[in-house]
Formats: sequence, structure tokens, C-alpha cells
Amino acid sequence: MRRGGIVSTDIYLNVAVSGVLTGLVYGLMALGLSVIFGVVRVVNFAHGEMTTVAMYFAVVLFATLGLDPLLMMVPIAGVLFVFGYAMQRWLINPFISRPEHSQFILLVAVAIILANGLLIVFGPDARSVQTSYAFDSFKIGPLIVDATKAFAGLAAIAVAAALFAFFRFTRLGTAIRACADNYTGAQVIGLNVPRLYALTFGLGAACVGAAGAMLALVTDVTPPLGPSFTLLAFVIVIVGGLGSMSGALAGGILIGVIAALAGLFYTPSAKGMFVFAILVLVLLFRPQGIFGRRA
Amino acid sequence: MNRNLHSGDNRITRRTVTAGLGASVVAGIAPFNIVRAQDATLKVGVLLPRSGAQAGIGQDCQRGVDIAAGLLKELGMPPLQIMNGDTETSVEVARSRAEKMISDGAQVLVGAFDSGQSTAIAQVAEQKGIPYVINIAAAPQITEQGYKFVFRNFPTAGMILADAFANQKEIFEAAGAAPKTAVFMHVNDTFGTAMKGGIGAVMPKFNMPYNLVETIAYDPTSRDLSVEVAKAKATGADALLMVSRLNDAILITRELVKQRWSPMAILSMGPGWYEDQYLKTLGKLSDGPLSFVPWYDPNKPMSKKLDEALAKAHPGVNLNTNHVYTFEALLVAADAFKRARSTDPKALADAIRQTNITDNVSPGPGIQFNEKGQNDKLKDSAIQNRGGKLVTVAPKVAANAKVEWPMTPYDKRG
Amino acid sequence: MIARLAENVSLRAAIALVLLLLALFVAPWFANDYLLTVLILIFYFAYTGQAWNIMMGFAGQLSLGHAIYIGLGAYTTAVLFSFFGVSPWVGSFAAILLAALWGAMIGFLAFRFRVGGVYFAILTIAFAEFARIGFDHLSYVGGSAGFFLPVANYTQSDLWTLRGKPIMFYYLSLGMTVAAVVLCHIMVRSRLGYFWKAIREDEEAARAVGINTFRYKLIAVVISAAMTSLAGVFFAFYYNNLFPEEVFSINRSIELILAPIFGGLGTLFGPILGAFMLTGLAETLTTTLAALGVDVPGAKQVFYGICLLLVITVLPEGVWPWLYRRLGLAGRSE
Repeated sequence: MRRGGIVSTDIYLNVAVSGVLTGLVYGLMALGLSVIFGVVRVVNFAHGEMTTVAMYFAVVLFATLGLDPLLMMVPIAGVLFVFGYAMQRWLINPFISRPEHSQFILLVAVAIILANGLLIVFGPDARSVQTSYAFDSFKIGPLIVDATKAFAGLAAIAVAAALFAFFRFTRLGTAIRACADNYTGAQVIGLNVPRLYALTFGLGAACVGAAGAMLALVTDVTPPLGPSFTLLAFVIVIVGGLGSMSGALAGGILIGVIAALAGLFYTPSAKGMFVFAILVLVLLFRPQGIFGRRA
Repeated sequence: MNRNLHSGDNRITRRTVTAGLGASVVAGIAPFNIVRAQDATLKVGVLLPRSGAQAGIGQDCQRGVDIAAGLLKELGMPPLQIMNGDTETSVEVARSRAEKMISDGAQVLVGAFDSGQSTAIAQVAEQKGIPYVINIAAAPQITEQGYKFVFRNFPTAGMILADAFANQKEIFEAAGAAPKTAVFMHVNDTFGTAMKGGIGAVMPKFNMPYNLVETIAYDPTSRDLSVEVAKAKATGADALLMVSRLNDAILITRELVKQRWSPMAILSMGPGWYEDQYLKTLGKLSDGPLSFVPWYDPNKPMSKKLDEALAKAHPGVNLNTNHVYTFEALLVAADAFKRARSTDPKALADAIRQTNITDNVSPGPGIQFNEKGQNDKLKDSAIQNRGGKLVTVAPKVAANAKVEWPMTPYDKRG
Repeated sequence: MIARLAENVSLRAAIALVLLLLALFVAPWFANDYLLTVLILIFYFAYTGQAWNIMMGFAGQLSLGHAIYIGLGAYTTAVLFSFFGVSPWVGSFAAILLAALWGAMIGFLAFRFRVGGVYFAILTIAFAEFARIGFDHLSYVGGSAGFFLPVANYTQSDLWTLRGKPIMFYYLSLGMTVAAVVLCHIMVRSRLGYFWKAIREDEEAARAVGINTFRYKLIAVVISAAMTSLAGVFFAFYYNNLFPEEVFSINRSIELILAPIFGGLGTLFGPILGAFMLTGLAETLTTTLAALGVDVPGAKQVFYGICLLLVITVLPEGVWPWLYRRLGLAGRSE
């Protein structure tokens, strides 16, 4: 019989690894936000609801077609891309030049519509995706690694890498980065900024789509899940660094691990406090984030 | 950012009465009419959280309302006119809905599952002198306020705990074994924290054979409980004592499987571990947990009738606490109406206070209220998940099966 | 000073305002309790919206964590009343002090470290969430199990302890709202108001002209925080139970800024109009859907969201500026 507090290193290791893996997936979700906020400069308060929609897609596809969410990642990302593109092009575009509080209300309204729409369509009960390997875990030495988390984590890395390659090596990606770095300059050289913004939002939404598919694997979905995801995404983006893709993933890992360890050492219900304390410290002392560049 | 603000906005200029005020006037003005005549039907306002965070439970309670009408008619009860309301899981909305229902003529209020919303409604009911029958809410304070019009046919957190410990001892005796250590995990919300507080007060009185080696509280919005389960596993305790909600129950069970820990028993003193969603989602992995909860007495004839009515209206849905206590709240209203023979709220309240329904569903001698408006004779049961169904294993008078002990380890379930 | 406040107020405007106040004052004689409850809710949102408006509309700082002041005000007075028998009127001083200190701290940290715009908004969210989780674990006030104020009889209204009938709360909330509007009017007309306007229009230029932007922004934050805490006091004594999940929640922060943004930021009557319209909209939707027999949980919120979306897209500055122009009230230039 052990009193809490005297725990073996196995636990720390397991918890840390678990934190890293889930952190990667949340990091991918946050990556979507980083892309959107970094380029389009819109505060996407419907980010969590978009993630929830993606999760429901995964659930429905799995329930009807029996297809693994990780395979469905691409089509779901595609659908979310279209959704994000459309939303930016036709709904949000006029708000780019408007003050933040207006953008905020617009997206809060979108969030309310999405969350309650999901409630009407799917009902309030939790839905999940239970694949055949849902309960498997890998035993690597003293580590017991959850299979779904492992796959989701790897998928997150893959998607992030693909996105990184896009922005680094394609013309379109470079154009988008140009927009972000220098709005006026971009216009001057003739880039179609509204279209690029819409594309970017679409890309961000696609990230969310992929992340949502992975999250559906790891946890259950209910309609009111949105706000906690939105908050988490913002925390990760700010801590990791705006405009930095590796920052979003690193931020995700960092927050994931810290939250997990805080839960282990202290009381799990208070791990949020640690996360927010870190956020405050970053905002005050290193607002560009750990990996961000100073504007 | 461009902040183009009107000059002159800051002057006081002519105001027009706004469309909003007009709308709210149109929406709200209705003659203040509490019906005092001898009507044939009783207007019952049912307030439940049918949207918002508690939508799942609210809509489940609604099922109890839907099947009540037919059943009450069969029992020869006078007809009820049900007014359905949604509290949207918000205290403010609960309060204004309650006011609206009363001004629309509700003579009895029923609801609202959540302690916060129920408190708001209780205040309105007390002020207006309209009887309010609480279906589900465990915060003890609600019936400690000296209200004369508020009645609760549901156990308080303290009662649930006391019965839980008593039932556990009965089970240990029947099984011939008991855990020596237990780790207590609870969700850090209203109910979970109330239960944790109660354990400190109630448990010592029962001389339980096990010690609580650790208490682990977790965040209700947590999507990932691997850390919590890892901590629990690390204590090496024999049994897992739980207070959780449905989603957490599913998450925790998955973690138990993945982290390869099968406790001797899972003793849950709250919702989640017996709910349909849990059984459906986890299939074979759902067997075994014991839940110590307000339940129904399967040996009472009314329970069987309620079960049948539910099976007809909602096949595949197991009868549970939400349906039972919501139904019983309506039963109380109808029964009081029958005896009072009037829709006058004061007469109804007096009639409710005299309630003595022995042909009911919940365990115990029946539905009666003490001077605080609380039914303190309610008994809670111990149920166990078995093959996608729920059996009652304790107390003996309300039982219909023997307990399976210890719980079959997860990795041996094929 | 009265003369200076009254300048630029046309006679017609003054009469209309007085008539409106009169109507609201006698409303309890004609309205049923349900309507009173709705009006109390409207005044509550109008008041909190006005308080938030000071920080955002006048000093340009977007706070998305304003619920923290409500929570501090609520819990402080609730504890003082329940455990020490202190009247909420006296307890309010403690509430104001606590909220002001907390606001000052947030403001100081933010402005000192040059945290602005969206980052400032997120900082406020972080503090509110921190407080929420903190109070969830504070067993002295019941933690997440909730804090229940002792409720007394309802046959009399006791203004000193704020126990009583809705009508008492009606006049109290009406009074608070009127006081808030008057206070804002005075502040906006004062030197303080001019400095705020300068800071809001162009902070750099204001600093260049020698205005101590740091100090005046801080003052705005502190005043806003202090005023909001009184709404918390009202909340505690009107609902009589407090749960950290509800009181400090981000949903509460969001709901109290909808009215001022919808109605018109930076204007004196924007928050009031916004509160009337949004609360009226919500209640109308619920009633209409019920009358149409539509019993779909969540439908009302979807329509609400759509209305919000449409209005904010078409009228980005809020309804009051548009209404103001439409009614041809933008006569004299100022």
C-alpha cells in the first residue's frame, strides 16, 4: 500500500509520454489556429466548434462506413477546408479590417450556431469511435503506451510536416507567408489577398479537420466541447509562438506534459491553474512565445 | 485598428423606446392568472436542462415525463396538463422560465435536476406560493432553508453516502470478501465535491473494512484521464471508489483497460457507470461495476409497469434514476391533486405535505415528506452491470440478484 | 457643473428620457412578475455592459475575463453576509476594493509589459480561468459544491440585507443602471473622458502630447472592475447560490459583452439598448418557438446566433449608432 507521493519513475515516464502524444494532437489543432491567426489576423473563437464538427464527421463516417478515422483524416480535412474557405470568403472577409471585438462577436455567433446545431442533429449523448485497436497498448520496457494515442501522435507529426513543406516549398505557401509578413507589400506586388486569406483559413480549417479525426479516436465528443478546445488552442499558440509551426506543436507538447505532470504531482483538477499561470508568464515576459520571432 | 466612433454619441439625445423593449413587452405581458377554480386538469410546469451542458440528462428525464401521462391515467389519477420548459443549463434561464410558467398558470412546478437551477426555481416557487417538487438534486441545503412550498423526493448527498456504505457492507458479507484499501476518485463538480465532503462526515460512522488511501479529484471538462488513472493505479489499492459522470466513466474504464489495472471492485456512488451509453459503448467491458445510487425497487409492481411503459415508448433504453424520479415527481403532483380536489396552490402544497404513496417505484416505505419537505425515508440501491442490463444486488428487500465478486479482470473478458 | 452636464441635451431628448424613466418606474404596477424578472435581467446586463464599456469603449482595452470581477464581488459579500452577518451594502466596499485591486494588478501587468489587443484579451481570460479553478478548490466557500446564502422569508423586503421580493430587486437594478449611465456621462464629459478619447483614437499621439496613457488606462480598468463587482453583489443576493463554474465561467464573460457590442461600443446608450434587444430577442424566440409547438432543444440558440450574426455583419458598429443616424438625431456636430 502506497501513500500518494511516493511513486516510481515508471509513472512519471508514462504520464510524460502520454502528455507528449496528446499534446501533439492538440498541437495540430492549435496549428490550425496559428495559421489562421498568424496570417489572417482573425481571432477565431469558433475554433473549438470547428474541431467538434470534425470529430462528429469522424464519428459518423466510422459508424456508417466503418472506416478508421486516421484514414478518414484526409477527406475530413478536405471538407473542413471547403468550409473554412467559404466562411472566410463570404462571412469573415468584411471583418478583417474591423476591430477585434466585432470579429469576436461574429465568431461567437458562429460558435453558438455550430454547437447548438450539433445538439439538434446529434443529440446530447457522447459519441465515440471504437476501433479494433482502441484498447491496445504497447509495452516498451517500463512504458505502457496507448495505441490510439501513439497513432494519433504520429499522424499529427505527419500532417504538420506536410503543412510545413507546403509553406516552405510551394509558391502558394510562399505567397501566403508574404501576406502574413507584409500585408501592404503583398498587395503591392499584386497578390490576390482575399483569395489567399480564404485559402489560409481553409488550410487552418483542414488542420482542424485532421486533428478532429485524431481526437475522435482518443476521446468522446459531445456538442458543448467547443469552448475548452478554443481556449486550449489559444494557450498553445501563444505559449508556442504565433506564426511558428514548430512552435504550435512544441507548445502543444509542452502544455500536454506540464498539465499531465501537474496532475500527477498536485491534484489533477487543478492542472488548469498551472497551464494558465504559464500562459500569463509567457504573455508578460515573452509574448512572442517560446519559438516565435519578435514582430 | 480603425475605431471610428460617432461624435455626439455621448450626448443625451432623444431616446425612442426600443424594439427590444417592445418585443419583451409583447412576449411577457400576460394577465397574472393563477387559476383558483376547480379545474379538471392540473397544470404542471416541468423544468429540465434540455440544452446546454446537461442536455443529455435533461432529455433523459424528459422520457420519464413522456411516459408518465399514460401510466398515471391507468392508475386512475386525474389528468395533468404538462408544460415543458428548458432551463438551458443556466440559473438565470431557470428562474425566468419558472416565472413565465407561473404567470402562464402553472399550479405545480417539477424539476430541475441541477442543484443550482433547482435553488433558483425554489426561490420563485416559495415567493409565489406555488408547490415545487424536485425530481433530482442532491445538495442538502435546498431543504434546509425553511421553505414551505418546496418538496424533494430524492436523497441528499448524505443519505446517498450512508446507504452506499450500508449496502457495501451487506455486499461484502454476501461475497465473503472485502477490500482492505480503496482509492477515491471524484469529479470536481457540484455533486462530486458534495459527496467528497460527505464522505469525511459519514464514513467514520460505518466502520468500513477499507481505508481510503488517496483522494483524486479531476476536472469535469477533462478529455483525458490517463494521469488520474495512473495515479490511482500507483496507490496499489484494492478497490476504486468513484463519483463521476457518464463521459468520465467511459474514459476511466478505457484507461483501466489500457493501463492494465483491474481493481477488485469499482464502487461508484454517482451516475455514469450504469447508463445505457456506458453499456452500449463498452460492451463486454462494461460488466462488473457496482453503483450505489437512488434507483427503483424491481420487486414493486409499479416499477414493472414503468419499465414496460418505457420499453414500449423507447425500446432499448434501460429504466434508470432519471426516469424514475421524474415520474415520481409527477405522481406526487397528481396524487396531491386527487386528494386536494382543487388547483389552489396552498391546498396542493398542504396535500403534498400529507403525501403517503406506498404503491410507488423508488425503494423504501414509499413517498412521504418530513417537515422540511424532504423524503428522508428513501433508500438507495446497489446495482451491478451484467450483460448489458442492470441488476439490484442490495439491499435485500429490493434485490433481484446476487453480487458477482470480485470483478472479472478486463484482460480476461475475451 | 450641472449646467455643463446639461449642455447639448435637447429639450425633446430630456423629456423622452424622463418619460422612459417614468415608465420603467411604474412598470411593476402593470407588469406581472415574469416581465419584472425579464426586466431585472435586462438591467443587469445593461449595467454590466455599461461597466465593461468603460474599459473597452472608452479606453480601448478588450477584456474577455470580466466575469472575474462579478465573481469576486459575489463571493466577498456573500461570505461576509453568511459568515459574519455583514450587510451587503457594507460588504460592497470590500467587494469594490478587492475588484479594484485585482483590476489594477491585471492592468498594471498588462500595460507595464505592453500586452495589448488580442493578447490582453487572452490575458484576462487566463486570470478569470485561474480564479475559477482556484475557487473550485476553495473549500472555505464550498468549492465546486457551491455556496448557498441563507434565505429568509419573502413576505417582507429587507433592503439592508437584500432579502425580499422581486420588486425590490427591480428598483435596485433599475437604480444601478441609471446610476451607471449618469456616472458614465459625467466621466465622459470630464477631463478623464477627454484623455480616454485621445488614448482610444491614437495612443501614440496621446502619449506624444504628454498624456500619461498608462495612468488613465489603469484608471479605466479599475473603475470598470469596481463597477462590475457590484453587479456580482447583486447576482449573489438575487440568486442566492454561487458556483465557481457559473460565476467565473468564460460563458459569463462572453454573455456580458454581447450587449454593449451589439448595442454600440463607446456610446452611452449602446449597452442599454443592446441589453433590451438581446434579452428581448432571447425571450421572444423562446415564446415564439413554444407557441409554434417547436420543441427542439437548441433551436432557440441557433436562431439567436443567426440574429446575432446578421446584425453584427450588417451593423458592425452596433445598433444604437445606426438607430441614431436613422432617426436623424445626428444634428449638430460636436
